[in-house]
Amino acid sequence: MRKGDGMKKYFSFFRLRFAMGLQYRVAALAGIATQFAWGFMQIMVFHAFYQTDASAFPMTFSAAVSYVWLQQAFLALTAVWMMENEIFDSIVDGNIAYELCRPVNIYNMWYSRSTANRLSRAVLRCFPVLLVAALTPAPYGMNPPAGPGYFVLFVITLLLGLAVTVSINMLIYMLAFFTISPQGLRIFFMSIMEFFSGAIIPLPFFPDKVRQIMELLPFAAMQNVALRLYSGSLSGDEMRRAVILQVFWLVVVTAAGKLLCRMAEKRITVQGG
Amino acid sequence: MKKMYKSVRLYMHYVSMNVRCVMQYKTSFLLTVVGQFLISFTTFLGIFFMFQRFPSVEGFTYSQVLLCFSVMLLEFSLAEMFARGFDAFSGMVRKGEFDRVLVRPRNEILQVLGSKFELTRIGKMTQAIVMFVYGILKSEVAWDFSKVLTILFMLVGGTAVFTGLFIIYAALCFFTLDGLEFMNIFTDGAREYGKYPIGIYGRRMLLFTTFIIPYALVQYYPLLYVLGRRTEKIFIFLPLLACWFLLPALGLWKFGVRHYKSSGS
Amino acid sequence: MIAMEHVCKSYRIAKRNAGFGEACKSFFHRKYEVIQALDDVSFTIDDGEMVGYIGPNGAGKSSTIKILSGILTPDSGNVFVDGRIPYKNRIRHVREIGVVFGQRSQLWWDVPVIDSFELLKDIYSIPQFSYEQSLEELTELLNLGELLRSPARQLSLGQRMRCEIAASLLHRPRILFLDEPTIGLDAVSKLAVRDFILRQNRTHKTTVILTTHDMQDIEALASRILLIGKGKILMDGTLDDIKMGGDSIDETVAELYRSLDI
Repeated sequence: MRKGDGMKKYFSFFRLRFAMGLQYRVAALAGIATQFAWGFMQIMVFHAFYQTDASAFPMTFSAAVSYVWLQQAFLALTAVWMMENEIFDSIVDGNIAYELCRPVNIYNMWYSRSTANRLSRAVLRCFPVLLVAALTPAPYGMNPPAGPGYFVLFVITLLLGLAVTVSINMLIYMLAFFTISPQGLRIFFMSIMEFFSGAIIPLPFFPDKVRQIMELLPFAAMQNVALRLYSGSLSGDEMRRAVILQVFWLVVVTAAGKLLCRMAEKRITVQGG
Repeated sequence: MKKMYKSVRLYMHYVSMNVRCVMQYKTSFLLTVVGQFLISFTTFLGIFFMFQRFPSVEGFTYSQVLLCFSVMLLEFSLAEMFARGFDAFSGMVRKGEFDRVLVRPRNEILQVLGSKFELTRIGKMTQAIVMFVYGILKSEVAWDFSKVLTILFMLVGGTAVFTGLFIIYAALCFFTLDGLEFMNIFTDGAREYGKYPIGIYGRRMLLFTTFIIPYALVQYYPLLYVLGRRTEKIFIFLPLLACWFLLPALGLWKFGVRHYKSSGS
Repeated sequence: MIAMEHVCKSYRIAKRNAGFGEACKSFFHRKYEVIQALDDVSFTIDDGEMVGYIGPNGAGKSSTIKILSGILTPDSGNVFVDGRIPYKNRIRHVREIGVVFGQRSQLWWDVPVIDSFELLKDIYSIPQFSYEQSLEELTELLNLGELLRSPARQLSLGQRMRCEIAASLLHRPRILFLDEPTIGLDAVSKLAVRDFILRQNRTHKTTVILTTHDMQDIEALASRILLIGKGKILMDGTLDDIKMGGDSIDETVAELYRSLDI
């Protein structure tokens, strides 16, 4: 496949998904409302703990607040539960055989589809959340980034986080080919990733020894880096290491996914579905 | 009385049908049970690690928070188990299965309740019960009859509140299937953030959950009584008061059915 | 006796044109269109009649069936079924009717068919004796036998439809509504289903109202035909009334639809 061709396909796919997303306007509004409520409650939890013992709080309160609002605004980019049921279903019911007959690389196709889905959802939902979060008075409102450089880095690491998230999702779809219960696999990975990515509590809140191990795992390369970097609770050598790890895991997980994909294709062609 | 008996018998028949269906796929059932356990287990881990860092929150200790979380989780999974038919009602409307309900000579609510019985939620319940036992052992509550009664009332009232929310969700499905995910704020959100005593969320949240959606009646106030922070007897019975929440929910449901019958969508 | 008098029913549906720009536009402003599903529909059907209800897609067939079975409330007009108003006395009404939706199943997918029947026995409160009698009769006539022991998901479409029909008749309804009962069936199953319906009508005097797109169904079953188009009853007669030439029945009906512009 020529490169330009692939990009065009991807773009038309993105347009299609985007139009679909717009059609569900009430769903978008509801999503935004949900994210507000979630963000607000999460901040209240932090507030209560902060009130109890500010010295035990591992970041500034305003950094924690920014972390929460950004997490909600860009939820669609790195949320682990947003896996594509259609892909799971097609693996379970065997429709996957049709897709394998098409002259496209199945890994690339699914990758672009997941990315498009997440981006279109995020684009629709991030601005209202960000706007209101920015207008909310201190200490519950969102702060500007720690500096212009941090903002650029935030965008880069967020996109890297998206890429890693989709790569990990792809790996799970591929693993689904080799298991008896894809749904079981899905739930298992979902809970593990929620926890290790910092979606339940941000990584700085873990005890140091646990956190040091967690930061090395691929799951820390999803939302953790961008969200902490924005408010300056990740900087210096620690930050450089985190970004390098993001790139490292992106390469490793994508390569593993592609390898599994080839094995799955072989398996299907041999067994005839 | 005889009618009541017949309804209960029919409901039990529905339950046994559901269980038989699930048992056709034992592996999948077991994995889902494990998955249900895992999902709430990570929430527990979140609490565990927060308390590694902080000794207490707003005066509630680790074991007291676990007691609070476990009761809430138990209520939620009970409601999910019994009232799953309402929780999954959008599918029933979308596939036109509610037409079938309407051509049968039985109460619609009974039929919808019977359509699903989610046995897999015993995964969540197991976790809730383990935490509950731990919470009871460690939180140094001076147990007496009134406190046991309070916990029982909490379970009844909480299950009723969650069921009421599921019914409201189902009733809204009659009008639109779009955007109903906002209801998650009140169901999943309550399960998620109800792990901490509601008092920590501030006065306004406490007012909202006392008078609008009565979570505080089944969680915060009776918990204060059980932990011995309040001694007024009224706190024992507040959870039962929360059952009133079912009334507006059922009213909305009735209204939804009438709308469905006039729009047929 | 079934009577519909000047029944009207309309729906409001959202509409949007294709395209990216239109999608954006409808995000902010949505247009609605009113569809007149039934427009002053009147007819009566006597006890024991067998009526074919035909018309193109979206003509108002299923709206009529839904109103008669108590699922839908009409906007205006009167509906009486054996003296009852279906949408007012729902529970009392549905005891006396059986409904088969050809495209939807009422059987529980993963358990043996007989288990679904047992549940229906409880739902309709059918006495043990009369349940056994009905089951025996239906098993014999529809040749269910072994099928009853298999889960519904393992049955072929034809086998399943036979079970569906049996399920709708266990409580011995006086009126049977069949919404496309032969859709997707193979030739043998179609014949079996038709044969059974005919017999049910003759021996139990069950009133049968049947919607279908299969004109052979009509030819085999319906002594009377109601033709509906754009929400209006356009013809009430027998098969002979619409047979104008010697063409096949499908062509005749297609010609009829064209000439009526529906």
